[in-house]
Amino acid sequence: MNTQGNDTLVSVDGVEKIFHRGAEEIHVLSNLQLRVPSGEFLALMGPSGSGKSTLLNLIGGLDRPTRGTVSVAGERLDQLSDHRLAAWRARHVGFVFQLYNLMPMLTAERNVELPLLLTHLSKAERSQHVKAALAMVGLSHRERHYPRTLSGGEQQRVGIARGIVTDPTLLLCDEPTGDLDRKAGDEILNLLQGLNREHGKTIIMVTHDPHASARAARTVHLDKGQLSNEPVK
Amino acid sequence: MKFLHLVWSNLRRKKLRTSLTLLSILVAFVLFGFLAAIKHALAGGVELAGADRLIVRHKVSIIQMLPESYKARMERIPGVVLATHQTWFGGIYQDPKNFFMQNPVVPEEFLAMHPELILAPGQKQAWLKSRTGAVVGRKTADRFHWKIGDRVPIQSTIWSKPDGSRVWEFDIVGIYDGKDKGTDTTALFFRYDYFDEVRRQSWGKGQVGWYTIRVKDPAQAADVAKRVDQEFENSSAETKTEPEGAFVQAWARQIGNIVMIVAAILGAVFFTILLVTGNTMAQAVRERTGELGVLKAIGFTNGQIVSLVLAEACLLTVLGGGLGLGLAWLVISRGDPTGGLLPMFFFPTRDLLIGLGISVVLGIVTGIFPAYQAMRLRVADALRRM
Ligand SMILES: Nc1ncnc2c1ncn2[C@@H]1O[C@H](COP(=O)(O)OP(=O)(O)OP(=O)(O)O)[C@@H](O)[C@H]1O
Ligand SMILES: [Mg+2]
Repeated sequence: MNTQGNDTLVSVDGVEKIFHRGAEEIHVLSNLQLRVPSGEFLALMGPSGSGKSTLLNLIGGLDRPTRGTVSVAGERLDQLSDHRLAAWRARHVGFVFQLYNLMPMLTAERNVELPLLLTHLSKAERSQHVKAALAMVGLSHRERHYPRTLSGGEQQRVGIARGIVTDPTLLLCDEPTGDLDRKAGDEILNLLQGLNREHGKTIIMVTHDPHASARAARTVHLDKGQLSNEPVK
Repeated sequence: MKFLHLVWSNLRRKKLRTSLTLLSILVAFVLFGFLAAIKHALAGGVELAGADRLIVRHKVSIIQMLPESYKARMERIPGVVLATHQTWFGGIYQDPKNFFMQNPVVPEEFLAMHPELILAPGQKQAWLKSRTGAVVGRKTADRFHWKIGDRVPIQSTIWSKPDGSRVWEFDIVGIYDGKDKGTDTTALFFRYDYFDEVRRQSWGKGQVGWYTIRVKDPAQAADVAKRVDQEFENSSAETKTEPEGAFVQAWARQIGNIVMIVAAILGAVFFTILLVTGNTMAQAVRERTGELGVLKAIGFTNGQIVSLVLAEACLLTVLGGGLGLGLAWLVISRGDPTGGLLPMFFFPTRDLLIGLGISVVLGIVTGIFPAYQAMRLRVADALRRM
């Protein structure tokens, strides 16, 4: 469990990200700086296509910057090999996606168990962790359900359980409420807030919704490849 | 093993597609099993006939006998390692329908000549001690429920005893097995010295049916055969020497063409299976790009992703192959479907293992390309396609 403190967990320095679509270069991020202290709940806003997901992917070690450095807990992600990066993700980050991204052929508990398959935990220990994570998101009674038999809000809670089951350093959420109605969205936000406040989880959440970003301790805005503390006019 | 559930869940996703693919793999392997059994039944005799053994018989016909004294002369011929004889006894046990061969032999020479007949050392000793002793093959022993210690009466159609009776009694002192499934274990062998002494009063003393000789080098077999026949040229009993498998070979050559046609069909079937399974696997991977992205995001390494896809392909082919081979085995073990044409009809263990091997290779071959594609998938791109 992370203690709340001001030591920097994530630091993004001079990051530039360029995509290539045929001959065309798409400059998404340019000379971007960001520091996220450990234990912070940060909201990341910005217009569609501004590069929010791209930035989140860089911080989560799913992609590499074209230039600049990304470090998380002192580890230079931009320098790790694919293999090491995968192992790093397994240990340090949990992802929560807008469309939940659950495995349709696995029950809720099997979905939550997935990240634990990469650890050395025994079957009994895995099952214990899965139960705890599902209890934390209030879905103990749904563990044998398949995703298609769950509501959107419930699916997203399974997604969050999967994201936190390994007790990662960092929880990255890409529009976790984007596909939910207000009530279900609020439940998810309550959950994230609780994880941050009571369990000290560092959370970075991409959102379009001011109502959602209001729950975060700090909001940054991404536009034209740069971050600012003020919303885009 | 903890990933098995994940692999299996993917095969359950499209049940109809998985079932149809499994079924086509199964059919291919049933076919494979039958071909293996048929091929073995047809070619078995040829493979088993000792390549280093020659049969020496009377030039005029197999019924005419050769002198016992030929043995020593044969063994002096260069290239001959060992010579031993057998004689046709033509016995009937209870009913002429119960046909099996019984021949008098010289035990030690005979066993040395036929290493494919396995007799326990203790039983061999017992045979050497008992003049009326006989050893019988497992198949015939089982058929008539004979046990060691039994005394069996056999009526010869050829040889009578001094009292004029033709019923000979033998004490079963040993039951031999074949070195492999294809070895004939129906014959009974008894001692020549006993046979020769008892038949003394009637006729044929010192005469034997035919000789088996072992050559030092199978490649020289034809030369040795010629030398043997030359040795006895212009004698009262001229010989004709042939490789043991010669007659089976001629027969098998005709059958060989049939085997080739079936093998070609089987090749085509397996090629089709390759395409069917390959297509199934390619689809299976393509339609879950997003899920593979999630697995990678969670921290599955490229190696683990490749293993998952390969395991899925192999599970499919080994399951289908295993069921097919099992079904073939079940049907084949019910015995010769032709009612006697293929007496050695069984599913050889070697081909069973080869079949399983093929099913694994099939899995790897059909899984490797989709696995490579899954590996190359960039996480961020894959996630966009969920
Ligand atoms: N793999 C890629 N190849 C080419 N272009 C890409 C790739 N990934 C992202 N882009 C482009 O980069 C830009 C930023 O994309 P990104 O997904 O980060 O935006 P976003 O802020 O998350 O948008 P949204 O709010 O719609 O999710 C877009 O113009 C997108 O088309
Ligand atoms: Mg996005």
